[in-house]
Amino acid sequence: MTLAHASDRSAILPDRVTTPTLRTFLRSVPSVDEVGVAERVASLSTRSIKKESKRAALDLIVRMMDLTTLEGKDTPGRVAQLCAKALRPDPTDPSIPPVAAVCVYPNMVRHAVSCTEGSSVAVASVATYFPSGLADTKLKVEETRMVVADGADEVDMVIDRGAFLSGEYFKVFDEIRRVKEACGDAHLKVILETGELATYDNVRRASVLAMAAGADFIKTSTGKVTPAATLPVTLVMLEAIRDFHDATGVMVGMKPAGGIRTAKDAIRYLVLLNETLGEGWMTPEMFRFGASSLLNDVLMQIRWLETGRYASPNYFTKD
Amino acid sequence: MSRLPTTTHTPLLWEYAPSREATDLVEIEDRYGLFIDGEFREPKSGRWFDTINPATEEKLATVAEAGEQDVNAAVAAARAAFEGPWGRMSSTERSKHLFRIARMIQERSRELAVLEVLDGGKPIREARDIDLPLVAAHFFYYAGWADKLEYAFPGAKPRPLGVAGQVIPWNFPLLMLAWKLAPALAAGNTVVLKPAETTPLSALHFAQIAAEAGLPPGVINVVTGAGETGSLVVTHPDVNKVAFTGSTAVGKLIRSQLSGTGKKLTLELGGKAANIVFEDAPLDQAVEGVINGIFFNQGHVCCAGSRLLVEESVHDRFVDKLKRRLATLRVGDPMDKNTDVGAINSRQQLEKIEELVESGQQEGAEMYQPDCPLPSKGFWFRPTLFTGVSQSHRIAQEEIFGPVLSILTFRTPEEAVEKANNTPYGLSAGVWTSKGSRILWMADRMKAGVVWANTYNKFDPTSPFGGYKESGFGREGGRHGLLPYLDWSEA
Repeated sequence: MTLAHASDRSAILPDRVTTPTLRTFLRSVPSVDEVGVAERVASLSTRSIKKESKRAALDLIVRMMDLTTLEGKDTPGRVAQLCAKALRPDPTDPSIPPVAAVCVYPNMVRHAVSCTEGSSVAVASVATYFPSGLADTKLKVEETRMVVADGADEVDMVIDRGAFLSGEYFKVFDEIRRVKEACGDAHLKVILETGELATYDNVRRASVLAMAAGADFIKTSTGKVTPAATLPVTLVMLEAIRDFHDATGVMVGMKPAGGIRTAKDAIRYLVLLNETLGEGWMTPEMFRFGASSLLNDVLMQIRWLETGRYASPNYFTKD
Repeated sequence: MSRLPTTTHTPLLWEYAPSREATDLVEIEDRYGLFIDGEFREPKSGRWFDTINPATEEKLATVAEAGEQDVNAAVAAARAAFEGPWGRMSSTERSKHLFRIARMIQERSRELAVLEVLDGGKPIREARDIDLPLVAAHFFYYAGWADKLEYAFPGAKPRPLGVAGQVIPWNFPLLMLAWKLAPALAAGNTVVLKPAETTPLSALHFAQIAAEAGLPPGVINVVTGAGETGSLVVTHPDVNKVAFTGSTAVGKLIRSQLSGTGKKLTLELGGKAANIVFEDAPLDQAVEGVINGIFFNQGHVCCAGSRLLVEESVHDRFVDKLKRRLATLRVGDPMDKNTDVGAINSRQQLEKIEELVESGQQEGAEMYQPDCPLPSKGFWFRPTLFTGVSQSHRIAQEEIFGPVLSILTFRTPEEAVEKANNTPYGLSAGVWTSKGSRILWMADRMKAGVVWANTYNKFDPTSPFGGYKESGFGREGGRHGLLPYLDWSEA
């Protein structure tokens, strides 16, 4: 496949974008063999990451983290606590960098913005009637405008899985395109909710559809559906990103979210990234972890590398 | 104000720190005698040879070279055990011995994996995750058959043959030992085994395990040495059954030596397998399968997918993907847990690979190698692709037995079958397509003992393995693997 000049997402799209032309286009996306994916992931999961390479990974994982709270019981106070943790993950160790972003519900954007003002920590908001996405497109666009107006730097939208599974590809495509327009300068992460797409063929096609429609990032899950992020589904999406870059020159980011709780797991994701997309993606601008409890485990591992001892979980703040 | 991180992050160039498996797990002795009649003996031949670590060229140990008297003693010990304790043992007891050996292999698998890496050069990841689990699985599997032979082949009354002479190669020293020993012992035979001269150590450590497991003396005898020793084993008049895994040239020689002797023979020889990738294949997984097919164990695999036949319409895209993947292979210290491609087994093998690769360039194929650093000592060869290969090139016809892939194209399924079968070999093949009916259509037409569909290099003790044509005859693994070690004639 030849590399397109400059960066042009439409390079891979049909001239007229309709559901039938999108269907034909998506059928040209390579199929995915589940057994092969599992095998590749199992093999890469045996990578032994030690010493300075582990330290570098843990530091990067902190910097790649979208520290998340998406609970019905969230309050401005809870969000303020999360932001404090995001800005300074370990109060006793100033060498630990801030995380990439906090990720909150639309109502909480204003509070998160005021708590992170002047810092490098971005505010990401879920939008488009997260987590189900079952609302009219107009409402989703309106909600996107609202969170951007409130100061969100990044928007995590959900696709309409029902429409995708029933083959209404134009509806999915058009909705992403319109939400992207509503984002303005804000970055758009498109959540596929891979746990509901069920097959890797679907995941790969939905990835391509989202990227062609304007996604800056593709993201696995809302965290509200099981399974959420897994290593195999992440590999499938990374491979889609790689092909998309080959075809269009556009670098799309990746965000696995939900279910990543240990530093060991997170390092396995980094290994997949490193050996699939390579150095260009090994930055918070191109890869994020959507997680809440992961951060403390990473901090514990860093403390262990520095002191040679495991500290009690009591030494790490829970926010 | 935009609060997107304004500082541009420098991407992390992430080097994996060395992560070496501890080598003090295994105690290598300075000298190893011959394992005959349950004990290690000095060779009557008086000759010794060194075995080295191919990754460092450092000497590991001195090993006895068995001469005629030594092989005679080994065969005599095997005969005595066959007529004595082993032959008289109930099949249930025989089964228990094999189960015990299987468990001991599991318990000592880290040690044996390290030994396999030191002596042979393969990456510890493969020895640990593939070789050793399969070795134990083979013994477990055939241990289960030992007391059920009469049920394996209803209506027949199979009996053991007697003494089996077995000669195994250096690419999977312990796994090939397991493929040979487990069915032979399960069927009630006794064995004289000749491991390869570059990789004798794991067989000698295995002999210690067998002795510790309480296997009666003489049931397993290990005679180390080179081709001459192997020849003495297979031509010995009191050997009833010969099993050989190795090169086709030696296999042909053995067959001619054995003609008219009445000995049973199985041969597992070379291959030049085709991995066939159709346009509708799961391409990224096919890339992994092709990489695994040829670079697994440095390509020192008789069933390696050394020819890639790719449908012309996806050739360029597929080759681009392969080249990119090639650059991520980690070549080097086999004891590092992150190494993907280890050392070439011997200088002799390295020279053979170099000679064939040279011929590929001279005959006009285009070579691609990633720019990976190689250690200064030891035997190394970069993972290599050849594009623009014709059927008539030597690199498309001859077994290279190294990390070298020859890429050819095809346009129709018929052409793919014709090219895949157009070789003197017939051991294995791979088919990559999303179309189930095409897999069956292809498998029907491939002259290969094993056809993998949308995967490659999968082994299991329950599955028979073996070749057509110059890849040999007889099957190892599964119920089929018992047949060559049993006598079917009327009692």
